[in-house]
Amino acid sequence: MSAVLLFWLAGSGLIGLAVYGLIVNPHPLCKLLALNLLGSGVFLLFGVIARRGAAAGLGGDPVPQALVITGIVVAFSATAIAVALLLALHAEAGEASLDQEDEEP
Amino acid sequence: MIPLQAIAETGTTPGGALLVLGIVMPAVALVALIGLGGRAARMIVAAALLFQLYVAVRVALLVAGSATPLAYVVGGFQPPLGITLRADGVSALMMVVSAVIFLGAASFAWKDFAQARGQPEARLSLIFWSALLAMASALNLLFTSTDLFNLYVGLELLTFAAIPVVAIKGGAETLRAALRYLLFAVFGSMLYLFGIVLIYGAYGTLAISAIAAQVQPNAATLAAAGFVTVGLLAKTALFPFHLWLPPAHAGAPAAGSAVLSALVVKGSLFLLMRLWFDTFPSLREPADMQLLAFLGALAVIIGSVTALRQPRLKLLVAYSTVAQIGYMFFVFTLVPKTAGDIVASAAWTGAWLQVVAHAFAKAGMFLAAGLVAEVLGHDRIRDLGGLSARAPLVVLTFAISGLSLMGLPPSGGFSAKFMLLAAALAEGHWVWATVIIAGGVLAGAYVFAVLARMMAAPTKAAELASIGRTRQLIALGLASVSVLMGLMPLHPIAFFEIGRFP
Repeated sequence: MSAVLLFWLAGSGLIGLAVYGLIVNPHPLCKLLALNLLGSGVFLLFGVIARRGAAAGLGGDPVPQALVITGIVVAFSATAIAVALLLALHAEAGEASLDQEDEEP
Repeated sequence: MIPLQAIAETGTTPGGALLVLGIVMPAVALVALIGLGGRAARMIVAAALLFQLYVAVRVALLVAGSATPLAYVVGGFQPPLGITLRADGVSALMMVVSAVIFLGAASFAWKDFAQARGQPEARLSLIFWSALLAMASALNLLFTSTDLFNLYVGLELLTFAAIPVVAIKGGAETLRAALRYLLFAVFGSMLYLFGIVLIYGAYGTLAISAIAAQVQPNAATLAAAGFVTVGLLAKTALFPFHLWLPPAHAGAPAAGSAVLSALVVKGSLFLLMRLWFDTFPSLREPADMQLLAFLGALAVIIGSVTALRQPRLKLLVAYSTVAQIGYMFFVFTLVPKTAGDIVASAAWTGAWLQVVAHAFAKAGMFLAAGLVAEVLGHDRIRDLGGLSARAPLVVLTFAISGLSLMGLPPSGGFSAKFMLLAAALAEGHWVWATVIIAGGVLAGAYVFAVLARMMAAPTKAAELASIGRTRQLIALGLASVSVLMGLMPLHPIAFFEIGRFP
C-alpha cells in the first residue's frame, strides 16, 4: 500500500467518523469536536492531493499547501467563535445545550 | 497539468478596478472603525455604504453600456495562480441590490445603535456596524470572484460577520440560534472544502473558467459537485437544512434580520448558481437538477405551512424566507443544459427577479415586524389587534411586502413567479407549476392571517410605544421597490444574460 493511498484512506476515515459523530451526539461541544475532526480529515486530503500532484523532485504541489493554511485559519476562527458562544450560553442558561425550551405562551 | 493557453481569460477591462474598490473599501472602513472607535462608527459606515452604492451603480452602468462583463486580474497574476474578479450582469445586479439594502438597513438602525454622548462607549453598536461592513465586503467578493477557493473565503467571511448579528441581543435563545447557525455553516463549509480538494485533484486548478473548459463527467467530479452542493445547501437553508434559519433570523435585531434574510442567504445561493451554470454547465443532468427542484418544492410547501402555524410574527416572516428560497431552486431544472431559447431565458430572468423581489420585500417585512414589536412591546400574532389604527404605515408596509411574497400583480414577486410558471408550463413541468401556484396561495394565507389580526379591534388595552416616522418610511421604501419592480415588462431581461459563461 502506497503512502498516498494510506493517507487517503485515513482522511476518508476521519471524515466518516466526524459525520457520524456530528449526527449522533446532541451536545454542541461534541458537535464542535466532530466538526474539527471533519476539518482534519479534509486537510489531510489536501496534503494527499499536494503530494500526488507534485512535480518530479519536489515534496509537494505548493498550491494545496497554501490553501490548507487558509482552511486551518478559518476552522480555528470558527472554533473560537463557537467556544465563545458556548461559554456565553452556559453563563446565560446554566447549561450548554441546543435543546429548545418551551416557548412562553 | 493544463496548458496555459487553454485558459481563455481576458485581461483587465476598463473600470475593472471598481470591483477591487467594492471589496476593499468596506474592509478599509472596517479597519478605520476599529481604530477610531464607536463614536465615529456611524459616519464611517454611512460614507462607506454610500461609496458602495456609487461603485455598484458605476459597475452596473459599465456592464450595461458595453454589454460585456467587467474583469480585473488582481496583481496582474493570470489564473490559474492568480485570481480574476469578474462582474457579469447578475453580479452587477446583486451588487446594486445589496448596496441599496445595506443603506436601508443602516439608516433604519441609525438610532438603535447610536453612541450616546457623554456615556462610556458601548461595544454592541461597534460590533453591529463592523459586522455590517464585513458583510458588505464579503458579499461583493462572492458576487465577483471567479476562483472557487477565493469564493470559499468570501463565504466564510460572510458567515463570521453574520453570526455576531444573530447573537447581538444576547439571551439564551439567540445564543442557541447563533450556535446552531454556526454549526450548520461550518459543516457546510467543510463539505465545500472537501469538494474543492477533489476538484483540484482532478483538474489542477480552481479558476472557474479553466475548470469549465475541461470538465468531464467522471466519478471524482460528480462526487465533488455533490459535496459542494450539499455544503452550500446547508448554508442557503434549503429544506431539509432549514432548521437553523428561523430562530437565527428572528432573533437578530430588525435591521440585522433584514440584511440576513434579504442578502446573506443569497450569498451561498449565488455561489450555487455560479457552480452549476458557470463551472459545471455540462454536468446539469435533468435527473439531478430535478432533485434540487424537488427540495425547493418541499421548502415552498413545508416552509409556508410552518409559517402559518407560528405564534410570533418574526418567526412567521423567517419561515416565509425558507419558503421563498425554495422558488429560486426551480431555475436549476427550468434552464436546460442546452440553453438559448426564450423559455430558458424567461426562467433565468424569473429566478433572478425572485431573488431581488424577495430581497426588497423581505427587508421591508422584517423592518415592519421590528417596528410592530417596538410599538406593542411583543410580536405575538394573536395580540396584534388595533395596530392598523396606531401604526398604519407599518401595516401598509407589511401588506405590500406580502403582495410580492404572494405573487399578486403588480409586484416583482408576481413577475418572477409568472415567468417561472410560464417556463414550467412551456417545458411540461406541471408539478413545479402546481407548487408555484400552491405556494402563492399558502403565502396569501399567512399574510392575510396577520393582516386580519392587525386590522381587528384591540384585544386588550396596552401601553403603546411611539415610533419615529423616518424608520417607517425606510421600511415602506424598501417594500415599495418590490412593488415597483412589477411595472417592468414581463419579458426576459437581457441585462441578466450579459457575460454568462457559455
